Amino acid sequence: MPLFKKPDITENDITDYNIYKNRRQFMKTAAGLGIIATTGMAIQPLFSQSTKKSFSTDEKPTSFKDITSYCNFYEFGTKKTDPSEYAHELQTTPWTVDIDGECDKPGTYALEDLLKPVTIEERIYRLRCVEGWSMVIPWMGFTLADLIKRVQPNSNAKYVRFETVYDPDAMRGQRSDMLEWPYVEGLRMDEAMHPLTILSTGLYGKDLLNQNGAPLRLVIPWKYGFKSIKSIARISFTETQPFNSWQQFSPEEYGFYSNVNPEVPHPRWSQSKERRIGEFMKRDTLMFNGYAEEVAELYAGMDLKRYF
Amino acid sequence: MQLKATTFNNILKPILFLLLLAPTIWLIAGLWLNTLGANPIEYILHTLGDWALRILLLTLLLSPLRRLLNWIQLVQLRRMMGLFTFYYASLHLLCYLWFEQGFNLSSVYSDVWDRPFILFGMTAFLFLIPLAITSTRNKMRQLGRRWKVLHMLVYPAVIFGVVHFWWLVKADTTEPLIYALLTFILLTERLWRFKRGEKSGA
Repeated sequence: MPLFKKPDITENDITDYNIYKNRRQFMKTAAGLGIIATTGMAIQPLFSQSTKKSFSTDEKPTSFKDITSYCNFYEFGTKKTDPSEYAHELQTTPWTVDIDGECDKPGTYALEDLLKPVTIEERIYRLRCVEGWSMVIPWMGFTLADLIKRVQPNSNAKYVRFETVYDPDAMRGQRSDMLEWPYVEGLRMDEAMHPLTILSTGLYGKDLLNQNGAPLRLVIPWKYGFKSIKSIARISFTETQPFNSWQQFSPEEYGFYSNVNPEVPHPRWSQSKERRIGEFMKRDTLMFNGYAEEVAELYAGMDLKRYF
Repeated sequence: MQLKATTFNNILKPILFLLLLAPTIWLIAGLWLNTLGANPIEYILHTLGDWALRILLLTLLLSPLRRLLNWIQLVQLRRMMGLFTFYYASLHLLCYLWFEQGFNLSSVYSDVWDRPFILFGMTAFLFLIPLAITSTRNKMRQLGRRWKVLHMLVYPAVIFGVVHFWWLVKADTTEPLIYALLTFILLTERLWRFKRGEKSGA
């Protein structure tokens, strides 16, 4: 069942990479022509539209197959192939999200209602896993800020806390106590409101597959992948800093911030390099995963070795 | 238990040889058919390490098994299995030096001192080197009783190998836990026999 206005594409259709690339090229050219053709104040909205586009990277997206078959989603098992093998056992329709805590419009929202007013846009982001590998993923989604504004957090709301759905009957990994379930993640309010932070409902122009966190997941491209919580069932506004699952599992290894930082190693391994899936040799990891220009100011004056 | 020497040498040994070679064939075929998943480099690195450790543990299982089944011939498999351990460990190290470090020796050096799990893996490999070098019949004869003492290095090697594996796992320690338990049992059995003053079979 489609969650948002979907193009006429069947579930079995996978966009061929070349067609996909050409379409993007076409859109870019069209946008460019638009700017040239229009003069005066009228170009303003178009212009801001194209700056928004610059959030996307030009790097070659990782293949659909790799993105959907090499996943960390411990709710379905700890092997990279477990999620693609078992995630279909989770039922994602109907889906509701509980929104509570320090906000004026708490409630249990049907996913359709949350998505009705938003425009789904494409964001091609780098994703860097804390384990030392990376991908480029063409997400479909909308800014988290968009949703936050609608539920009107009050002045006590300093953080946003997220929970993955808890359904051990369908999520076999939740039957073992590898991590505390449900999985919890959190962001500071300014991180949550940042225009790079999105809630994703799809990738490669299709609805998300369960192994990638269907039907709704967070994507924060400058943080290690585990911050981008999947299959979100609850969003809470809190005054205190949420205690995220990996920090709870091993506080000396995983922090609340978990910003990609090549200079702060994981206690057991280096974070200075990463292997881009599909590439042979490792490449250098970039500060804030290459988004320093957009997000470094959020952490101005903070000791990033201490607040890792 | 006892097999005819010809059966043992001409049938059992070649079968074991092929079985021990199977992971290599699996990896080559997987590379060829592109079935090693999205991160084949990591898969190869980990598979080689896994098999180095597994075969080492199987090698250590030979002596107790020999006593249990009263099957003296099993001792004759130790050299082949030990050398296969060394073979997989060498390829594992080579992959690390190449794919992870690009043969940048200063980067390897700092990795060894910064990451305890790398230090332990390297140390385990160092312990294996003299064992591989002195694995020939000639060296055995030449070293006499000292050979047995030298080959006790296999015990720290397996301990360091298991710790190396344990420390690199992110969260799911099931597999290293199994190897640790097996190591514990195998070493305790030897220690217990040593204390009772029985002749050590290594």
